[in-house]
Amino acid sequence: MDAIIFLIFAAAAVIFGINVVLRTHPVSSALALIGVMASLAVIYLLLGAPFLAAVQVLVYAGAIMVLFLFVIMLLNAGSEKKSRGAWMARLAGVPLLVALLTILSFVIFRMYPRSVGVKFGSFAAGTVERVGSALFTTYLLPFEITSLLVLIAILGAVVLGYKELD
Amino acid sequence: MPANFVPPSGVEYIRVLPEIILAAVATLIMVLEPLTPAPRKRALGYLALAGFAGALAGAAAAGWRTGPAFSGMLEVDGFATFFRLLVILAGLLVTLVSFPYLRREEAESGEYYALLLYSVAGQTIMVSAADLIVLFIGLEISSIASYVLAGYMRREKLANEAAAKYFLLGSFATAFLLYGIALIYGATGTTRLNGIAQVLSDPRMAPAGILTGTAVALMLVGFAFKISAAPFQVWAPDVYQGAPSPVAAFLAAGPKAAAFAVLLRVFMTAFAPLTGRWLAIMWSLSLLTMIVGNFAALLQTNIKRLLAYSSIAHAGYVLVAVTAHSEEGVQAAMFYLTVYVFMNIGAFAVVAYFSRKGERYVEIEDLAGLGVRQPVLAALFAVILLSLIGVPPTAGFLGKFYIFQAAVKADLLWLTVLGLLNSAVAAYYYLRLIVIMYMKEPGDSLLELPGMAVSTRAALWTSAAAVVVLGLFPALIR
Repeated sequence: MDAIIFLIFAAAAVIFGINVVLRTHPVSSALALIGVMASLAVIYLLLGAPFLAAVQVLVYAGAIMVLFLFVIMLLNAGSEKKSRGAWMARLAGVPLLVALLTILSFVIFRMYPRSVGVKFGSFAAGTVERVGSALFTTYLLPFEITSLLVLIAILGAVVLGYKELD
Repeated sequence: MPANFVPPSGVEYIRVLPEIILAAVATLIMVLEPLTPAPRKRALGYLALAGFAGALAGAAAAGWRTGPAFSGMLEVDGFATFFRLLVILAGLLVTLVSFPYLRREEAESGEYYALLLYSVAGQTIMVSAADLIVLFIGLEISSIASYVLAGYMRREKLANEAAAKYFLLGSFATAFLLYGIALIYGATGTTRLNGIAQVLSDPRMAPAGILTGTAVALMLVGFAFKISAAPFQVWAPDVYQGAPSPVAAFLAAGPKAAAFAVLLRVFMTAFAPLTGRWLAIMWSLSLLTMIVGNFAALLQTNIKRLLAYSSIAHAGYVLVAVTAHSEEGVQAAMFYLTVYVFMNIGAFAVVAYFSRKGERYVEIEDLAGLGVRQPVLAALFAVILLSLIGVPPTAGFLGKFYIFQAAVKADLLWLTVLGLLNSAVAAYYYLRLIVIMYMKEPGDSLLELPGMAVSTRAALWTSAAAVVVLGLFPALIR
């Protein structure tokens, strides 16, 4: 049962992901991205990380996507124009992509016999309590310096987008 | 609170003292910025200067109490302290170069200094990280602040292009790095650098070679972008050209030195058990970087682009030291990076001063006659250029000497020979600058050349003096 649910949502995530890139209108891309986020949330749930799943839906599919849509509508962005791209990209793009996918699939198939199949739900450390205590003990420093990262992003937005230099 | 949790001790706070000082001063500047009237923004710059000086002292204090901090997330050892001091010093010198530049462009504001401080804080975190998560966050702090700084003059078309290019390509490279980190975590079950080394070197626990190989390759792509190694160097000339000159000096000094520190630490500790796998890649990476940098620099007519390609070439030399893969190689790389930071900031300080408002004079030909009109400035610039070539007794010579010595001891004869040939090629384009400066008649570009500001002068003198002193007394930092 678990495996079936996983396959459905993993496939959905991939299809939505491809859709994000293929759509020419930014709103359609953003909506497809919500699909990716939601599918990932289900996979987190299957892995036994309910907190991460909730955060995924609340923050990514909720807050961040709303922000994306706001910005897209504010800028009144239309469909993107297709450009022909550089000759190198046209010439080497598809062969290189095929090569990369071949290598990746080779990697996965080589790993497959060695790895034990994931048993969904066997992992129980994904609760709010466990995540919280890890975040504020072992991972205290990364957690704190992430606040610097966010601060710089805000400061950068102010410098580039708002402030008039004179 | 979990029962087994031990709160960080006082000494652990001392070990993150430079980061605390840098972040606190940067935040203070942000708070004071709206309260400072426009003509007095320079005061915030002085505050930034004081912040860098305090952080230097903090890094020294931290280096005196070496050890791990915050449940082993940071490892403050000699290596970390060395690079902490170096990147903070780079930040300080760049601040000095920025003063007259920002005033001239009428773009002085607290945000510029705050971003500079934050970026350096990110670099000090990177170089002392003992965990891939902390390393990644530090790298991102440093990079995002750099992206913004590159586009700081946002009314300039070239600066916009530079920032957009840097941001998009940089994010793409970061994604590679993150993918590599995810794979290595999946393979080894840890993000600690020494933990990864332990798992990889244990034959009973070692994961599939092809998986770790992919992870190493992906992480190398991320790092190679940050150090602008070929073939991931395409962004560098455009960004250095479009960014304000002091920022270009900063990008080629601080973030690059920090990225090299991280590259050295990750590949010499975590991936040491896989040396056989990545050594050949590093070999070709360094050779390609030297060739691309030097030969492309031959064709440049814009000084900033020329210095950008020269910075790529110098990354190639340091990669030779990484390829040597020995204690000696690491030491050579550390020495070379120090010298390079000074040479690079000195050279860009001259460009920042000489370019005039709106950076109008950045062509090589514009330098004509500088040796007659400004003999002292031209002499200092010439010393720095000679060091970039690697002429004794400058530190540039010793730096190359140590690198190629380490390479020879590591049996990298071909790489040494090709590297030396490359530095002979490099002599041409640096000497061309000196020839134009001294042998050509002064042109229009030298009309109304204002005097050099005291702070730029201080940065230039410091750089030139460091290049000479380190050339004569290398034992000071070795």
